Amino acid sequence: MPVRKTFLAIGHRFTNFAFYVGGIVSLMGRTFVALFRYKFDFNELIRQIWMVGNKSLSIVALIAIFTGMVFALQFSVGLGRFGLKMYIGQVIGVAIVRELAPVLTSLMVAARVGSGIAAELGSMVVTEQVLAIEALGANPVAKLVAPRVVACVISTPILSLIAIALGILGGMFITVMEAGVSYRYYMDQIWRSLVISDITSGVGKSFFFGFFIAIIACYQGLNTTGGTEGVGQSTTRAVVYSSIFIFIADFFLTKIFILFS
Amino acid sequence: MMPIISFKDLCKNFGDNKVLDGLSLDINEGETITIIGGSGSGKSVLLKLLLGVLQPDSGQILFRGEDITLMDEHQLVEIRRQIGMLFQGAALFDSLPVSENVAYPIREHFTYSEAKIRSIVEEKLRLVGLLESIKMMPSDLSGGMKKRVGLARAIATDPAVILYDEPTTGLDPANTMRINRLIRELQRKLHVTSIVVTHDMGSAFLVSDRLAMLYNKRIEFVGTPEEAKKSTNTVVQHFIQGYIGEESS
Repeated sequence: MPVRKTFLAIGHRFTNFAFYVGGIVSLMGRTFVALFRYKFDFNELIRQIWMVGNKSLSIVALIAIFTGMVFALQFSVGLGRFGLKMYIGQVIGVAIVRELAPVLTSLMVAARVGSGIAAELGSMVVTEQVLAIEALGANPVAKLVAPRVVACVISTPILSLIAIALGILGGMFITVMEAGVSYRYYMDQIWRSLVISDITSGVGKSFFFGFFIAIIACYQGLNTTGGTEGVGQSTTRAVVYSSIFIFIADFFLTKIFILFS
Repeated sequence: MMPIISFKDLCKNFGDNKVLDGLSLDINEGETITIIGGSGSGKSVLLKLLLGVLQPDSGQILFRGEDITLMDEHQLVEIRRQIGMLFQGAALFDSLPVSENVAYPIREHFTYSEAKIRSIVEEKLRLVGLLESIKMMPSDLSGGMKKRVGLARAIATDPAVILYDEPTTGLDPANTMRINRLIRELQRKLHVTSIVVTHDMGSAFLVSDRLAMLYNKRIEFVGTPEEAKKSTNTVVQHFIQGYIGEESS
């Protein structure tokens, strides 16, 4: 019966989703416990921060500059129709600081770092290295998950701040070249339009995004099954699920930050 | 004499798949016992249950009389210090050199000085004949060398029990003989209890004091290699002659 089959399929998907969310929440809980219960490996944290920054900085910088430039280009046309080219700086400032820099940075971190974490942990699972960590008396969550989560929580907001600075610079370059607005006026417009809650909202969101990118990637990696093919699937899922999470959470986090600002 | 390890009426399921059903086995201190059985018969699961990384659905696992299925994480860490394991693919940490791989369990369990850790690492690598590889990365080692480094790591904390999960799988005959010899040598020099899981009957007959055959989710036969050869149990005879291994794989 097609109706029965449809409901069974929906039920199956819902159950899988519930198990997935349960697994993520459980890993979050075990990570918090591991952070306080076991000796924290600061050398590994520094190595992970270096990896996150090193992997993402160039691509985040490139995307931030070009996003700022294309926004300035679009607004020089759009606002130019109403003779409001001098206000490009205000629009770009708010758009980049509140939304574009944190979201685009987090998407890049999900693509570059999240995939790397899932692939690395997935490979460790299929070659029994995670089992070996446990068998040798260590805790895999403390050794593998905690440093990666903390590294992403620290690095993503820093990368967002860099993206904000470079996005504004990219926008300034086009605003000066295309719209004929002086760079002093452009910067003045940005300082006038931005308030501290814009920055806390943008950077605060990337803090949460960084946390969930790392948790989702670690969860996917540690739950890899099916050998090398499974590693590929875990890597893809880590990027897809993190990206979906970023877009959905972005709405709710923005709402929360607006309420508290 | 009380056995060092006792599996009592052990049951383990993975979803609908029943892997162990009422398995019981006693292992005596200082002996080398080989658990044989077809692929997927639950041999490696038995080792993971003993390490406490898997929990049985029912039954007891007694280590020196204490039930490890009731232990918390901290008590299990102490048990794991007394049990070394050589994994099927060696499971060396790719990102660490040989020296740090061997030092890993020492750093986890003890607060020794760097000099003492280094001397233990050198001693264990010398035992497996790989002292010259101390600075190499796992990716630079052959399959046989990886297994020997894995063995050095397994004995780094001077465990009372060493578990070998398919120690000779994927090795050429020369390396297979070398690993078999090492298992015997380590038992003689370190007086450890060894549990070898394999379906390589050549190795099983060479290294074992006793053989235990896992079949149909429980122990079908326990005895010396000679008793296994003379056994009238058709399951044992079929496995020794290669029928069951072929059916399962």
